[in-house]
Amino acid sequence: MHTWLVARRDLGATTHGFGGYLIVAAVLFVTGLLFQTRGLGAGAQYSHEVLETFFENAGGLVMISGILFTMRSLAEERQLGTDVLLETSPATEVQIVLGKWVAAMLVMAGMLALTLYMPALIFVNGKVSLAHIATGYVGLLLLASAVTSIGIASSSLFSTQLPAGILAGVIVVTMLLGWLLADVSDPPFSDVLAYSALWDQHFTAFMEGRLHLRSVVYYLSVTFLFLLGATKVLEGRRWQ
Amino acid sequence: MIEVSGLTRYYGEFAALQDVSFRVEQGTILGLLGRNGAGKSTTLKILAGLIPPSSGTVLIDGIDIVEEPNRLRSMIGYLPEDPPLYLDMTVRAFVAHIGRLKGMAADAVAARLDTVLATAQLEDRQHQVIGTLSHGYRKRVGIAQAIIHDPRLVILDEPISGLDPVQIAEMRKVVRSLAEGRAVLLSSHILSEVEQTCDQLLVLADGKLVARGTEAEISAASQRVRMRIEVSGTREALAAALDNVQGVESATFGVVGDGVSSALVLVSDDAAREAVSAAIVHAGLGLRTYHGTRLEDAFVGATTTHGEA
Repeated sequence: MHTWLVARRDLGATTHGFGGYLIVAAVLFVTGLLFQTRGLGAGAQYSHEVLETFFENAGGLVMISGILFTMRSLAEERQLGTDVLLETSPATEVQIVLGKWVAAMLVMAGMLALTLYMPALIFVNGKVSLAHIATGYVGLLLLASAVTSIGIASSSLFSTQLPAGILAGVIVVTMLLGWLLADVSDPPFSDVLAYSALWDQHFTAFMEGRLHLRSVVYYLSVTFLFLLGATKVLEGRRWQ
Repeated sequence: MIEVSGLTRYYGEFAALQDVSFRVEQGTILGLLGRNGAGKSTTLKILAGLIPPSSGTVLIDGIDIVEEPNRLRSMIGYLPEDPPLYLDMTVRAFVAHIGRLKGMAADAVAARLDTVLATAQLEDRQHQVIGTLSHGYRKRVGIAQAIIHDPRLVILDEPISGLDPVQIAEMRKVVRSLAEGRAVLLSSHILSEVEQTCDQLLVLADGKLVARGTEAEISAASQRVRMRIEVSGTREALAAALDNVQGVESATFGVVGDGVSSALVLVSDDAAREAVSAAIVHAGLGLRTYHGTRLEDAFVGATTTHGEA
């Protein structure tokens, strides 16, 4: 129950404010713009290539918006002093962190649902499989899951949003560039680095409509580890 | 009943609280007094379940908060000096949310919500967004969130700080009503407020308990009386009237308004107190306010004596 209460409160904070709508509007606008310029309007392409381009663009924007939506989650509670409400309640740290994550994921899922018209437009002059579309969206949700957990973990370390956002950005960029490090490393490190890269080996497969269990496990593992980190930070701060 | 025994808290080598013990019965308002750094906030934070003690026990109805902090959190209501509020929520939605967060069922919250809003005198503001409320109303929302789950102990940290005189009078009524069926622990640096609101007082100095009892019992430690006087007349006339009155140890004068002057006077005993009133009447000044308290002097004596020891 506490998880949903925390999530509902965070959803309320997002929907009551102007910032949440601004982020969603900006993401939809830029995604639409890129879809037109790099996809539909970029000359003759196979339909699946247009869809892959859409998922590539959406993936980048999911990472940015995921950080923007979560950098305030725990940091703002501390900044406003409302963390006292959570710390003096019977809610456990796991419930608090999960609540924050559920709220962020619901916002991300809602935002991604609003992009569905773009893959649908491909059907006007082309044809793609629904499985490809579904797989791509699963990839986007998994990517969102990983990035929001990184944002929440960063947010747990600070009492203001900005440093939390910067740290989350640094972590995401570092994890994105894992494949570069893999290229200049020897096995087995190169294999580990390549596997730990946030995008290269994992999201590309979803873009192309391939659902790899190892990529699903990877994104869920990243989510788990960062949410665990946030939980431990809260536990350290609160009297057990 | 709340029973605190041997409460001690260290921050590194620094002892913020040392071996503090006291009891609070249900239906009692206990005031916590002390200078800045005396250990008031540390005591309140431990009782609110925010920080653990280094040693000691806190029993609420026989349950040890040190052993089971999570269980006790639903039995305690806490209002920090700056009320923790979600400014984008309405009063009613916020208080209901906190009730659910404290572990209450939705129907239990619904059944209790109107009573709590009435206790905090918030019925007419219940649908207003908290961010649009004045400081006084925000304090009341803070109180409502602290009692929505019907806690056994309500902890109020400086509940009247930042309030205007009208709001203070209203808040006093609210705080008094909270003690029905539960214990209330409040800290304040405004002695006159503690005097009027609390049934029992604790005085802390340097992390130690240096005095306890009712206001009368603590005040009895001092013969000296601190007087607040208002008269119709000039400041100079008031100063002249009190000049050479035996037993007046110190006096500061001010102007309240057009033709009204004030004085804060420290006198040595009750005989000097009577002499001061006689001097004012003899000088032909219209006496408007004549209020004396020993608590302030007893407080200063207790905390200073301890600090110098």
